[in-house]
Amino acid sequence: MRAMAMTSSAPWLWLRHSLVPVLTVLLAFVLLWYAAAAWMNSQWTLDQAARAGTTPGFSTILADTMAQDRPKLPAPHQVAVEFYDLVFNKAVTSRRSLVYHAWITLSATVLGFVIGTGLGIALALGIVHNRAMDMSVMPWAIASQTIPILAIAPMIIVVLNSIGVSGLLPKAVISAYLSFFPVVVGMVAGLRSPDAMQMDLLKTYNATRTEVLFKLRLPASMPYLFASLKVGIAAALVGAVVGELPVQQGGLGARLLGGSYYGQTVQMWAALFMAAILAAVLVFIVARIEAGVLRRMGQAR
Amino acid sequence: MSSLEESVPRDWQGAGWRRTAPLIAALAAGAVDWRLGLIVGLWLLAWWVNTVLANRGARLWVPLIFGLTVLALWEMAVRLFEVPGVILPPPSAIGARIMVSLPILWGDFVQTAIKGALSGYVMGCGAAVAVAVLIDRSSFLQRGLLPVANFAAALPIVGTAPILVMWFGFDWHSKAAVVVVMVFFPMLVNTMAGLRAADAMQGDLMRTYGATYWQTLFKLRFPAAMPFIFNGLKICTTLALIGAIVAEFFGSPTSGMGFRISTSVGQLALDMVWAEITIAALAGSAFYGAVAMMARGVTFWHPSQRQ
Repeated sequence: MRAMAMTSSAPWLWLRHSLVPVLTVLLAFVLLWYAAAAWMNSQWTLDQAARAGTTPGFSTILADTMAQDRPKLPAPHQVAVEFYDLVFNKAVTSRRSLVYHAWITLSATVLGFVIGTGLGIALALGIVHNRAMDMSVMPWAIASQTIPILAIAPMIIVVLNSIGVSGLLPKAVISAYLSFFPVVVGMVAGLRSPDAMQMDLLKTYNATRTEVLFKLRLPASMPYLFASLKVGIAAALVGAVVGELPVQQGGLGARLLGGSYYGQTVQMWAALFMAAILAAVLVFIVARIEAGVLRRMGQAR
Repeated sequence: MSSLEESVPRDWQGAGWRRTAPLIAALAAGAVDWRLGLIVGLWLLAWWVNTVLANRGARLWVPLIFGLTVLALWEMAVRLFEVPGVILPPPSAIGARIMVSLPILWGDFVQTAIKGALSGYVMGCGAAVAVAVLIDRSSFLQRGLLPVANFAAALPIVGTAPILVMWFGFDWHSKAAVVVVMVFFPMLVNTMAGLRAADAMQGDLMRTYGATYWQTLFKLRFPAAMPFIFNGLKICTTLALIGAIVAEFFGSPTSGMGFRISTSVGQLALDMVWAEITIAALAGSAFYGAVAMMARGVTFWHPSQRQ
């Protein structure tokens, strides 16, 4: 948002102020990565050389660490090549295609996110309008944030599998569960954010509860809701990835675990990058919707 | 706030059916299946008690009764409908399992929570604070690192777990490494925000005292940053436990909470799984509670701590 505002007023300032530093930091990360790859992979090269009875020079070692088949840490360009290969050179329906696996993960994430968000908003409405519900459920909803919920993921998958539910739904259940609580907590705070003056005003208008909800509480809750949605969608993706671990039925999580079984480190890094890109895209989409909604409501900052 | 809620006009109030509707619901459920009727009846009874208590402002009892009701309904549902233990064990069986396997659970707790999560948490949060201080003097690095760290904090970093397990072996070192990676960026973002929390007036005051950079840092800016730092520390407690447990799904020695969960799921010993989950929940709450207590002690001056 802020970056956008700056581009319109002074693009050069924005470039100097944000883009150059960010690119510098990213470049430093890549260089650090290359150095780490050379250092971590050199052991294998030296072992191979010792077995062959040769003593390679420094440049030979360096060249070899950048092009191993199963490196401890693949060099960035190896990951990039593998990523490009798996994304663009494979048919999207092929089990080797990363797009195919990303789609499986994405569909579980989005389905779970929609379910979790819907239930979360519904519960938040109940909590705000019913005192008993507020006092009963709210402490548990807050306490549940401190619990490592992800630990139950494999159990949910296996149990649902054993009663015949498999495929998308079990993963979506985990995603829904993870995105549920941030939405409840954020939405309750949002629905309660109108201050006493505003509530009093609506009272003088003799507004009913429904009118108070739609004309004051819901509009006021939007910034809070979107803040939790961004947390929720990231959590939903993590849930879907972890949910794919116990059963090997495709998806980025299955790719990660499969890669770790067979030592396919390049494949694992490619899957990891795909997950990171998915997370970035999802959060970006939510942020764009947020910007649009808040602008239309005149709340944009 | 609460008085305001009361003052909101209640367009539904006085509708007589609200009193009879629960009774009808329970009877209808009972007509379908007497076991369902029993469960719905107990639920409505407990809900009625809670409604009465809530309107009298019994803060502590209401959530407690709610929790106990859920447990009772769970137990009833499992027993009445004869749900097999491999799908959902009743709470009593889970409790019995915890009592029987205390030594195993303690061993798993030490392996995962103390060795894996806690050591990684200390290292990761310490490193994040150190990096925040190191780049504090360079606004160029700050402007570069903050968007990157913000971005990284939203990534599914737990996915690096299999890679780190390959690098550091199956024992707790790899779990601590996963935790370090997971907590680093959220902690960095919070610490950087905190170091900018002291306002310009206070900074000017320190300058008139002739305070050096380090004196300003330790006497003004660190104390002012504490609410932010503790906010990060609280978020990271949950992340640390999640990281340590999930990393064990990718390989572990023959103890640890994640190991026990994944192997017990394989053996369909779901009471053991639930026992571990209970321990994980208790450990998570205790960990969070301990950090929250420290926060209250250190940041007692902050408005958020006012009673």
